[in-house]
Amino acid sequence: MSTTLPRPTKLDPLDMLDLDADFTSDERLIRDTVRDFTRRRILPNIADWFERGVFPKELALELGELGLLGMHLDGYGCAGTSGTAYGIACRELEAADSGLRSFVSVQGSLAMFPIHAYGSEEQKREWLPRMARGEAIGCFGLTEYDHGSDPSGMRTVARRDGGDYVLDGSKAWITNGGVADVAVVWARTNPDDGPKSGAVRGFVVPAGTKGFSTKNIERKISLRASVTSELLFENCRVPASAILPGVASMRGPLSCLSEARYGILWGALGAARACYEAALEYAKTRVQFDKPIASFQLTQQKLVDMMLELQKGQLLATAIGRLKDAGTIAPQHVSMGKLNNVREALAICREARTILGASGITLEYPVIRHMNNLESVLTYEGTSEVHTLILGQALTGIGAFS
Amino acid sequence: MKILVTVKLVPDTTAEKRIDPSTKRLVRTGVETVLNPFDEYAIEAALQLKEKAGGDTTVTIVTLAPESGKEIVRKALAMGADDALMISDPAAEGSDVWGTAYALAQAIKKNGFDLVIAGTQSTDSTTGELPGALAEYLGVPGVTYVRKLDLDGTALKAERETDTGYAKVSTDLPALVSVTKSINEPRYPSLKGIMGAKKKTIAVQTLADAGVDKPIGSDAARTEVTNLETPPARGKGQIFEAADAVAGATKIVEFLRERKLV
Ligand SMILES: Cc1cc2nc3c(=O)[nH]c(=O)nc-3n(C[C@H](O)[C@H](O)[C@H](O)COP(=O)(O)OP(=O)(O)OC[C@H]3O[C@@H](n4cnc5c(N)ncnc54)[C@H](O)[C@@H]3O)c2cc1C
Ligand SMILES: Cc1cc2nc3c(=O)[nH]c(=O)nc-3n(C[C@H](O)[C@H](O)[C@H](O)COP(=O)(O)OP(=O)(O)OC[C@H]3O[C@@H](n4cnc5c(N)ncnc54)[C@H](O)[C@@H]3O)c2cc1C
Repeated sequence: MSTTLPRPTKLDPLDMLDLDADFTSDERLIRDTVRDFTRRRILPNIADWFERGVFPKELALELGELGLLGMHLDGYGCAGTSGTAYGIACRELEAADSGLRSFVSVQGSLAMFPIHAYGSEEQKREWLPRMARGEAIGCFGLTEYDHGSDPSGMRTVARRDGGDYVLDGSKAWITNGGVADVAVVWARTNPDDGPKSGAVRGFVVPAGTKGFSTKNIERKISLRASVTSELLFENCRVPASAILPGVASMRGPLSCLSEARYGILWGALGAARACYEAALEYAKTRVQFDKPIASFQLTQQKLVDMMLELQKGQLLATAIGRLKDAGTIAPQHVSMGKLNNVREALAICREARTILGASGITLEYPVIRHMNNLESVLTYEGTSEVHTLILGQALTGIGAFS
Repeated sequence: MKILVTVKLVPDTTAEKRIDPSTKRLVRTGVETVLNPFDEYAIEAALQLKEKAGGDTTVTIVTLAPESGKEIVRKALAMGADDALMISDPAAEGSDVWGTAYALAQAIKKNGFDLVIAGTQSTDSTTGELPGALAEYLGVPGVTYVRKLDLDGTALKAERETDTGYAKVSTDLPALVSVTKSINEPRYPSLKGIMGAKKKTIAVQTLADAGVDKPIGSDAARTEVTNLETPPARGKGQIFEAADAVAGATKIVEFLRERKLV
């Protein structure tokens, strides 16, 4: 028998503390599966998709086949992974592109999750298996032009009319809107409609329903490989069976956002890692003043700071993931992760951009694409200001929202 | 039909390899263990045969490896294999090709099989000898270096890679084949496959359980590693500077031509 003394972990510049070693073997397998998928299917094409502003709809089926859509939900054709595994998948997807991660977040956490958590058995059977396979694409309509950070002020209404509901109003900035087969739409029920009236309710509205149309938001400079749309409801009649029976308050949409934000706090780390990796490689090979620019102290400082923030962000994500899997997570934990990790990811991408010099502004490198994408990620799913206020309230007991 | 796939657990192929000078064996601690990449092609080949044959065809993974490798074996199950048999016994440590082949053959015979599929070689010891030895101990035809495989009932047709091309070979089951990397593109386990693999059985047997009736392991090894040397470091490459791609390519072709390489 040979005995070997413990040796320091081999230092990997992308994971100095070997934090991925904390994952279970399933989780690492999921990481490798997703990473490989992005290498084969996304990375070779993403610059082009981004430049042309297209969401490659055919990817939905492939993501479904892999089991990524609604992966952390149980039953109805979903894989039923841990929350940590879901986070890891988001991280690996977003290392390729935030737009494609957004597609997966919206499908799983914003469209499938509410049907899974609050839907009737019939709604679950009708939609979840097809959505898990990527055959049906979902979207989530909460935000309106006049009500972003303050969604409870929404104007979209659902009037009871006989056995039906009639939806009127519009939603804005809705990811997947124009490509969706089904929309989960949040509307205020008419105050005079009897029990639970006046409450915000969720409605499952299939595309093609009379009175429901969409209009894509063009000329975006961020998340270009993702579709962002308006949803318009004009006298749109849906049967009472379209309502999500399980929830009748803002808790409904907010719980969905908490799921999706959780994925984002991991996802942002992926985008940042990709930029850091590109900057590190570039710094070692780009020669100025007869030396690789990595030999200048200023460049080293930048790289070291990026690495430190990435590792700290990963510690935060892993800790929050474990809370999620233990069932002890609070929305404020998710705010901590979303606020810190997206903010730091954006800072890392911008710093990486400086290391790449002029090359950094082209689509030859992933950096400016990630940087621009993260501007959306900073705003959606609760702006950094809103998450700061959520945490401010948690610390002081004083709400500073209004 | 029972398809068995032999799988080796090897140190991460990208990790730096170290040899313990006292035992002349590869240091396997502190390095991540992975499925021998060649064996993923064997698993894929088995899964494709199963998907085509349907019915009650099963794919079982067989490995001689320490029990600590159980989680790695699960990847093979996540890809779609039905179950696994691990022969894990401290007494197997240090076995050579003979010992490994003999032990695997005994276990496979005891388990029953119609077809055994192996990889071409391992990425650690890389002898490529095991499949041949295993076929011999199983007493069945061994078709090695297979790049194309077809089954029609119990009639097996294969294309076998050779130095100059390929040979068409046919035989009846039971048989053993070893497959090369050109046979297929191994699938990545889907998330459902990964989750489902947790519920599949990995039977762990000692050498005695597996019906191995002779000592294997380092003391019984019929080969001895007498010396190990690191290959000399490769010299610095030559860099050709050229104004454009055409001029560069011309220089390289000239260089190769001088050495009669093209
Ligand atoms: C690409 C993209 C995709 C999106 N996808 C979806 C989707 O699928 N579904 C959906 O429903 N929505 C979606 N959104 C909308 C997103 O959630 C909103 O943009 C976000 O909530 C912010 O709202 P707003 O843009 O109206 O900004 P506003 O709320 O108008 O905020 C403007 C600024 O004011 C600040 N601010 C607001 N209130 C306060 C306060 N009390 N204290 C301090 N500062 C404050 C904000 O932090 C921000 O800096 C998406 C947005 C984008 C950009
Ligand atoms: C210098 C040296 C030191 C060694 N030290 C050790 C040691 O410390 N510990 C140790 O375990 N081994 C050690 N061995 C390895 C051992 O002798 C061989 O690995 C083993 O006999 C199989 O040979 P191979 O790896 O060359 O397989 P190959 O013939 O190259 O493999 C072909 C195929 O055979 C199958 N196969 C191979 N091995 C197994 C297996 N174990 N279980 C199931 N299927 C298998 C796979 O399908 C594989 O694709 C050492 C070998 C050498 C040369």
